[in-house]
Amino acid sequence: MKISVIDYGIGNVRSILEAFKNESADVTLTSNKSEIIKSDGLVIPGVGSFSHGMENLISYDLVDTIKEYTSSNKPLLGICLGMQLLFEESEEFGHTLGLGLIKGKVVELPTNDNQNEKLPHVSWNEINSKNVNWDKTILENIDEGSDMYFVHSFVAQPKDTNQILSLTEYSNHHFCSSVKKDNIYGCQFHPEKSGASGLQIINNFIKMSQA
Amino acid sequence: MNKIRIIARIDVKNEFVIKGIHLEGLRKVGNPNLMACNYYDNGIDEIIFMDAVAAYYDRNSLSDLIKESCKNVFIPITVGGGIRNIDDIKNSLKSGADKVAINTKAVTNPNFISEASEIFGSQCIVSSIEAKFIDDGKWEVYIDNGREPTGKDVLDWAKHVEELGAGEIMLTSIDKEGTKKGFDINLNKIVAQSVSIPIIASGGMGKSTDAVELLKNADIDAIATASVLHYKIETIKEIKNTLLEHNIKVRK
Repeated sequence: MKISVIDYGIGNVRSILEAFKNESADVTLTSNKSEIIKSDGLVIPGVGSFSHGMENLISYDLVDTIKEYTSSNKPLLGICLGMQLLFEESEEFGHTLGLGLIKGKVVELPTNDNQNEKLPHVSWNEINSKNVNWDKTILENIDEGSDMYFVHSFVAQPKDTNQILSLTEYSNHHFCSSVKKDNIYGCQFHPEKSGASGLQIINNFIKMSQA
Repeated sequence: MNKIRIIARIDVKNEFVIKGIHLEGLRKVGNPNLMACNYYDNGIDEIIFMDAVAAYYDRNSLSDLIKESCKNVFIPITVGGGIRNIDDIKNSLKSGADKVAINTKAVTNPNFISEASEIFGSQCIVSSIEAKFIDDGKWEVYIDNGREPTGKDVLDWAKHVEELGAGEIMLTSIDKEGTKKGFDINLNKIVAQSVSIPIIASGGMGKSTDAVELLKNADIDAIATASVLHYKIETIKEIKNTLLEHNIKVRK
């Protein structure tokens, strides 16, 4: 069983690799196409801007590779910017097209102007199921209302709201903090920085990749 | 309101955790990696490693420590002390840090903050401000780990680093640091009123009620403590329970 973390020149990936190793996975950081396609589980990491992320995926020539990988229905996990890139487009810095694996767009995190809430949203915050069943998903065995670590200013809005796996409240608005479409998952928070609950999610993803 | 983050501040000198008073008279209190792991296991929300002697050598020497720590510590890690150029930041992030704290270099070259936040994003640039009380409502910015006065006013400087693109401010009161006599509430209150980026209050916490006193009076996002944890005055759980009893939200 092999997990690949996509290397596309974005962000700090050491913690993600260490988190997978901590859960005893055979994990590699790679931008090699055949290695990516052959892997049993694929992770798209990422911090920073949507346009920069997409530009890098294109210049590393990995867009079709990721699409080919997902056509096999093997598990994919996008983390933070990696989740946002799964969607069709983003409003960050104008308009940028994404991978389009999930229908919907990425918009600025709505805040209440009169509440003086801060952006970026840098905080531990709770994820809630809103009656979605988390069994057999990456959130299996995660307690309702668990705290996860968030650092972001933009959020994804799936067109099909049934694809929302969890919601999180910020500044009196609820946003999609994790998403599931078949075997494609995304989480806006950083499981690799979210303590024991985060590691549980990574463990769930590893088990899913073994299946 | 966001959950208040409780941060363990670990000052490091030559591979040992050290602790002083007013950032001086440093004594060894333990192994940084073991202490970080222990705090992580006990529910700390974040770790800040500060290279206490980096200013002497003009570089940060904590990369190996960060690499080692991120094998066991799965929460945000900030590294500070001796961050002098873009490569230093790259190295720190590559080693596994999520954020860097910058003080001296920001004062000598303010553009460093804007350049760094453009390249790496505001979320990973923490402006570390060391403040010393001068007179009624006035504090002076110090650099080189509390050794060098700069003539800059803390309030003006805090507003300036926000404009330059810093994502957070770590505000250390030199007067209170290591005294365990409580935070400088006025300092934190006044700076928090003037900027809209998150503030980490550092320096002076001797017990959990000091944090309550601060948070009731100032709009602070996170508190950093060293003494309370290093000297085992209270556990992380006890600190969080005290905050919860006072209706202050924390991570469970």
